Amino acid sequence: MKKTRLGVQLLFTIITNGYMYGFLNGKIFKGSLKHVCVPGLNCYSCPGAVASCPIGALQALLNQRGFQIPFGVLGFFFLFGSIFGRFVCGWLCPFGLVQDLLHKIPVFYKRKRLPFHHVLKYGKYAVLVLFAGIGSMFLFDGFAKVPAFCKYICPSGTFFGALPLLAVNESLRSQIGGLFFWKAAFMLFILILSVKCFRPFCQYLCPLGAVYGLFNRFSLVQIQWEKDKCISCGACERSCPVALSKTEISHSAECIRCGRCVEACPEKCLHFSPGRRLNKLGKSR
Amino acid sequence: MSFWRRNRQHFWIVGVAAGILCLYLGAVNGQFSIIWKKAVMICMECIGIG
Repeated sequence: MKKTRLGVQLLFTIITNGYMYGFLNGKIFKGSLKHVCVPGLNCYSCPGAVASCPIGALQALLNQRGFQIPFGVLGFFFLFGSIFGRFVCGWLCPFGLVQDLLHKIPVFYKRKRLPFHHVLKYGKYAVLVLFAGIGSMFLFDGFAKVPAFCKYICPSGTFFGALPLLAVNESLRSQIGGLFFWKAAFMLFILILSVKCFRPFCQYLCPLGAVYGLFNRFSLVQIQWEKDKCISCGACERSCPVALSKTEISHSAECIRCGRCVEACPEKCLHFSPGRRLNKLGKSR
Repeated sequence: MSFWRRNRQHFWIVGVAAGILCLYLGAVNGQFSIIWKKAVMICMECIGIG
């Protein structure tokens, strides 16, 4: 399962960032695929990106003059969320892959969660509302509205967009200032923290994870727990990278459907399944 | 209430339908052109310059 997931993550990252000409020349893809959004947090200013970032696209719509409901992006949220939930985070997000790889580095005592997790986990909802939502509608730079999340926070944009572009584009390099250094420092902080803690950005700050988390309870892709077969050995709880209990696995907003619990279960009572099955009493689980 | 509990396993279909409807409304309002225009220019904010 681990190798399959890593393979899928790598393949999806390569496919959605496959415009190699952009990496060599410091230019970005201008094809019509950029009308649509990828499921994961994938900066559209990454030289290789062939489609748009859903959070960037949300802010682009909220940055328009006047207010319009961003139906175009809500459609992608509903579609990807209803089918996959946070499976997207676990299997299809390029920045999730970066954090996963960093967490494999064998230094530091590894932690699943940060202290004050029960409070910090709501940070992603605050970022979604305050930066990707309200900030994008009401923060102005002169007369133009500001995509606040992209501008002040997004480490994925710095990692996949800024660094490759600045590496080959001298005119952009000459323009960097305080904002870039803030973003680079924040990205470094998140990347170093990822070595110690499992996916700190996804657990505490990612607005896209917050959106997909809302769909986790009823998305098509679920991890089914067959209570009758369970011997309560605790293997699933020990293997869960975000420290969920067996009753929380799959329908908690924190579950990224990584499948480690499925792999760890000796009785095979956890498995991926389409939709949530009901027992004879008509109750789920 | 029991109707929603019984049919929770099919909620994702409602979500997909809502998604398709939203995508249609987004297309009708020209929102994909706005997304494309933003996505084909180097986003200076995203890279920490703007």
